[in-house]
Amino acid sequence: MAENGTNGTNGQGYVGTRTIRPDGVDKVTGRARFGADFNLAGQLIGRVLRSPHPHARLVSIDTSKAEALPGVKAVITRDDFADQSSEFIPAGEMMMNYKDVVRNVMAREKVLYEGHAIAAVAATSTAIARKALKLIDVTYEILPHVIDVEEAMRPGAPVLHDDLFTVGVEPKPDKPSNIAKRVEIVLGDIEAGFKKADVIVERDFKTAPVHQGYIEPHAALASVSEDGSTELWCTTQGHFIVRAHCARLLGLDISKVRVTATEIGGGFGGKTVVYLEPLAIALSRKTKRPVKMVMTREEVFKASGPTSGATIHVKMGATKDGRFVAGFAELKYQAGAFQGSPVQPGVMCAYAPYDMENVKVIGYDVVSNRPKVAAYRAPGAPISEFAVESVVDEIAKKLGLDPIELRLMNAAHEGTKAAYGPKFGPIGLEETLNAVKKTEHWNTPLRKWQGRGLASGFWFNIGGETCASLTVNEDGTVSLMAGTPDIGGLRASLSAVAADELGIPYDKVRPIIGDTGSLGFTFLTGGSRSAFSGSMAIVEAAKQIKAELCARACKLWELKPEQVAFERGHVRPIGDAADKAKPMSLADFAKIAGKTGGPIGGYGRINAQGAGPSLGTHLVDLEVDPETGRVTILRYTVAQDAGRALHPAYVEGQFQGGAVQGIGWALNEEYIYGADGKLQNAGFLDYRMPVASDVPMIDAIVVEVANPKHPYGVRGVGETPIVPPLGAIANAMEQATGIRFTELPMSPPKVLKALKERELNKV
Amino acid sequence: MPRVVLVGNLAQLTGGVAEFQLSATSVKQLFQQLTELHPALEPHLAEGLAVAIDGQIYQDALFQPIGPNSEVFLMPQIAGGAGGRI
Repeated sequence: MAENGTNGTNGQGYVGTRTIRPDGVDKVTGRARFGADFNLAGQLIGRVLRSPHPHARLVSIDTSKAEALPGVKAVITRDDFADQSSEFIPAGEMMMNYKDVVRNVMAREKVLYEGHAIAAVAATSTAIARKALKLIDVTYEILPHVIDVEEAMRPGAPVLHDDLFTVGVEPKPDKPSNIAKRVEIVLGDIEAGFKKADVIVERDFKTAPVHQGYIEPHAALASVSEDGSTELWCTTQGHFIVRAHCARLLGLDISKVRVTATEIGGGFGGKTVVYLEPLAIALSRKTKRPVKMVMTREEVFKASGPTSGATIHVKMGATKDGRFVAGFAELKYQAGAFQGSPVQPGVMCAYAPYDMENVKVIGYDVVSNRPKVAAYRAPGAPISEFAVESVVDEIAKKLGLDPIELRLMNAAHEGTKAAYGPKFGPIGLEETLNAVKKTEHWNTPLRKWQGRGLASGFWFNIGGETCASLTVNEDGTVSLMAGTPDIGGLRASLSAVAADELGIPYDKVRPIIGDTGSLGFTFLTGGSRSAFSGSMAIVEAAKQIKAELCARACKLWELKPEQVAFERGHVRPIGDAADKAKPMSLADFAKIAGKTGGPIGGYGRINAQGAGPSLGTHLVDLEVDPETGRVTILRYTVAQDAGRALHPAYVEGQFQGGAVQGIGWALNEEYIYGADGKLQNAGFLDYRMPVASDVPMIDAIVVEVANPKHPYGVRGVGETPIVPPLGAIANAMEQATGIRFTELPMSPPKVLKALKERELNKV
Repeated sequence: MPRVVLVGNLAQLTGGVAEFQLSATSVKQLFQQLTELHPALEPHLAEGLAVAIDGQIYQDALFQPIGPNSEVFLMPQIAGGAGGRI
């Protein structure tokens, strides 16, 4: 029964309520099994040898001493992976190239970052595996390295890939460089737009690469049998994607690979790619024993993808009454060791919240000697929108306009032509701005050294291939199976939809996440798609069940199809046949399923289209300690358009989680490299993420502007909440200190330095 | 006939031409006609592009109808599309 007591048997009522989480008890009692909790009898422990150098040629790898160590059952290197052709495919939320993927999971010609995998060992214990790693003899030819994006773009910079020629420039370059790609979008006439401007603000910004910071490290357990059948348990946002990548990298038939997604302790985009999974399978294939691999936190930082750091140049023009007439931006995003930064969505999102006639945004995808970036919540968007939202705030101040009113004046709305092409359908930015304006928060006075900042944000959202099934059990309860790992409340949300569609109590639906052998190909949990697409698949599956029940009722009651209907949880005779039979529930049909045609179920197999963008506005109060430079978040409000919240508590949780991650990105998080190209803060003690005691309760306002393309009006909500915090906090910092901070993170040393420099300038 | 616009870098593959009037009535036909006109687009169409038809974005939807007066934008896939197939 739902905790609010809603009776779902009338076919209405669970969607939009705060139903009990089906996975909640297991999680709070410790019963839930995450990646590292899985074990098999006779399993070996796998460990990875990683490069101590940021850039070096691999002259030779001698594993003979390691292989001779008692307890070592197998060692793998580049020789255990066939090379891959250059072929781009969508991976998670970004594009990737299998030629690069095979080199990222196991270095071939060169190591390209500190932490790059060189070899892996399977042994009977962790201690033996570690000892074996020390016995692997690697000869390196050390090469000069480059870490910073601007330095990597300069002529004469160490070039990571001899075959990387910049795409998107004319004439085509005849020399390789670290610039993989130039992209741009253009709307209107940018020069003409600036000529109309009464005020122009131009700024340079810089952001640091930040890690997704999931608490659970990467973990995989593989078991390959003598006939090549492969089972894999791993923590991932998309087990069908893991299956596809592993099959490709190891030359396996997809049908022979079965992947089960474990419970996941956070992903945020970072678990949309493979690291350990193909290594564990390769080691198990060699040993014919299960192999378990778990990354240490240091390995997570050094070898799994953060998101890009970047430099951004923004120039915006507005008329004196506040209309934005031109917006230009140039974005340079770090991709890490292989091309494929999220610069494309960064370019497309930069000005997406605003209704502007003249926009030009240029982006560069740049490789350097860092781990390859992976998706991170709204990949690329927080970076570009941080810069734009900072400049919007400056324009408001220059014109003496209220920042909410300025945004309302320029807000994108239904019919606005987005800078990246199409016109928007119904969207809710104006509603979020108005919602924030009405809050008590917006109207509360501040004290000295306190500041209030506001920023808006945009993310596209996607649909994609999705399968889900509903099986009616013998007692009328329903088993729900989804193909996307549950990260943010999928099971609860889909169960509510299934209960409402079938008119049964919520607690009669039991959801699980199916393995790759149980459902058709299902794209991963990413792009804010799983609840959006999954609920569409559930509606389709329920529709099949209802049609089947009606067909059986026709035969039982000897009525025509138009004389029966599924209404309020029952199949009923209708019209002139209304009194011909007694309505039958799902449970009634379940009891006689065997006699009336066999088991009853529905299987939604769709490529979900119609995802609607989600826009949000964040408001933050903070206080700066002038003696230490420490910033304390005092109050925080998120307003975001959810279309319709299937499960409001989970939607609010997404808003709050995104805000907290954005607070960390804005104030503290950064990868710190030494001159030797080595990461100096690969641990949570030195890589400072916000914890519960660092932040106040985040107030969440769920705005609902229905997405007309979804049966319940749903929009994805998981990514947009990380977009506005960077700009909102920078804007609050400006109000608190009078200083425009343009470089993230705004950590205590930087704040203190800026305050001191201002004092010196006054003197 | 629908108005078709190429977004971003795609026009580099068509000699700078970014707008077309084509008779396509579906995404599949649109891709076929564009490939015939500009073979350089073919690998990009095969890899996957998002198609916005009258403001609604579709990804990997070859059979999606295009109306005679539709406005169609071809642009980079957004956040993954239907990837992961090999």
